[in-house]
Amino acid sequence: MSTVQRFALSLALLALATVPVWVTGAYYVNVTSQILLYAVFALGLNVLVGYAGLVSLGHAGLFGIACYAVAYLLAAGFGHNLSILGALVIGLGGTALFAALSLRAAGIGFIMITLALGEILWGLAYRWISITNGDNGISVATRPAPFGLSLASASGFYYATFIVFLLALAAAAVFARSPLGAALRGTRDQPRRMNALGYHVWMTRFWACMFSGLLTCVAGILFVYYNQFISPQTLALTSSAEVLLMVISGGAGTLLGPIVGAALVVIVKNIVSAYIERWNLMLGAIFVAIVIFMPEGLVPGTARLWRMGWRVLRHRANDVAVADTAGPKS
Amino acid sequence: MTFWLLLTVNSITFGGLLFLLSAGFSLIFGLMRIPNLTHGSLFMLGAYFGATFTTGYAGVALNFWVAAIVSALLVAAFGGLIERLLLRRLPGEQLAQVLVTLGISFMIADLCLMGWGGDPMSVATPSRLEGFARLGQLVFPIYRLAVILLAVVVAIVLWLMLDRTRLGAIIRAGVDDPEMARVVGIRVSGLFTIVFALGAGLAGFAGMIGTPILSVYPGLDQDMLPLALVVVILGGTGSLLGSFVGSMIIGLIYNFGQALLPELAYFVLFLPMLLVLVLRPQGLFGRHIP
Repeated sequence: MSTVQRFALSLALLALATVPVWVTGAYYVNVTSQILLYAVFALGLNVLVGYAGLVSLGHAGLFGIACYAVAYLLAAGFGHNLSILGALVIGLGGTALFAALSLRAAGIGFIMITLALGEILWGLAYRWISITNGDNGISVATRPAPFGLSLASASGFYYATFIVFLLALAAAAVFARSPLGAALRGTRDQPRRMNALGYHVWMTRFWACMFSGLLTCVAGILFVYYNQFISPQTLALTSSAEVLLMVISGGAGTLLGPIVGAALVVIVKNIVSAYIERWNLMLGAIFVAIVIFMPEGLVPGTARLWRMGWRVLRHRANDVAVADTAGPKS
Repeated sequence: MTFWLLLTVNSITFGGLLFLLSAGFSLIFGLMRIPNLTHGSLFMLGAYFGATFTTGYAGVALNFWVAAIVSALLVAAFGGLIERLLLRRLPGEQLAQVLVTLGISFMIADLCLMGWGGDPMSVATPSRLEGFARLGQLVFPIYRLAVILLAVVVAIVLWLMLDRTRLGAIIRAGVDDPEMARVVGIRVSGLFTIVFALGAGLAGFAGMIGTPILSVYPGLDQDMLPLALVVVILGGTGSLLGSFVGSMIIGLIYNFGQALLPELAYFVLFLPMLLVLVLRPQGLFGRHIP
């Protein structure tokens, strides 16, 4: 990381840490909280999409399991701490089952199985009325107060979300640099070679799923406390697709990408919803446009265009040579 | 007794609808190696077109079967356009193609909501097929029997087409080994459009045929797509027989589940899928896809 990048990063973190100070109005603080909690979700999905090369279309289901677990346990009379702990255990149990089934395939098969599993979880949330209260959803009356600090206000909740976000980002960074992260990228690019080298490809992918599920469940717990409400809509395919859009638009397989993508999608969604009702139409159109015009995502795409522009400026005198060494099209 | 028998007939009818839906899905998957996530939307689009034509559009109300064929043709043309204009631009990029179909499915769902509103629409059962058939003490709704018959006829026609005609041989070659098919001079990419339009048309037809039973409402696409997915995961991709058997199994499980465990009907679908994934990941009649 260069000095400039390091400086920009610390500036961005400083700006984020002080959002409730310089942003006036609870609405905008809440939007920033949303961005951060979706960033945690997107970082979780990115572990699979970016580093493992496994595209999941069922992650909203896992997210929803954690949400419903919190709401259900709270309604059953457990305290906040026990409910959060219980939600993590239930969520990770669900993830283990999800991973065990969907890892029967890779590539397109993985997409199909995760999609089917996600839809089944959605159907369950919708129709298993004695547990989930069906379409009416479950309300969560209060937010927790860790160490006696109230999270009821917009800024209080924002600080809690920010701390969780930092932890998640650090965990994702450590994961990406760890031997497990390197092995995972290996299984993405050369599964057979990794197998021949003695790596257990399935197990590597399984642990990646579990880590991804952990971040997803953490985001789910933040989400249910943020909205203080959970309904089957949260588990719909559109939610899975929104998070996937965050990962892909920002740039899969980077740390910064999912965060930028989360910010982009949440902001566009809030702006669009304020003016027109047709968010799903926009979501679909953005999907098609990004896939066709900027398939590698906004962050790598912009970086590529930037580098290209820089190179063209530098080599304007001998751009014939540049054209010769441009390399084969990937 | 009557209850169980009627439930079985309903299940097989639903299985027949699922077959019409998933046969195209399975063929598209077999040939292009992508799950076409617009398939539920095409089903819904067929149903909306059909409902509009039968109730009357621009002063012209069509006969039920004419409306079914016209909407199937319209949806087929639409599917062909999607393939030509969008999927064609992303050759060999399966992930991108899947995401494009996902994006289109959201757009179709929202546009249908804009065009037809949020209220469910229904189509009257064609008058000749109203009422019940009696067999001793048992009664069966005629329309549902007709749907079963129709599904069987379509299955036979599809099988004859795939197994006996030149086009069928070409499609099978493309499904089995696209590279070799190209080498021997088959234009596999041109085949994509034909198969995609055929699958879309079947889905649209199924949508219209299903309207007197299911009616059409926003979210129908999201109800049908997972069923098609589960059928294909169960039966195996690219196999007509697999789609047929898978559809019947899912039709039975789904309907019996809804009657016996209404809250968990969606969840019991999961059980055959779980078994197949654990014991035979390529599906009952599928071959392993690399």
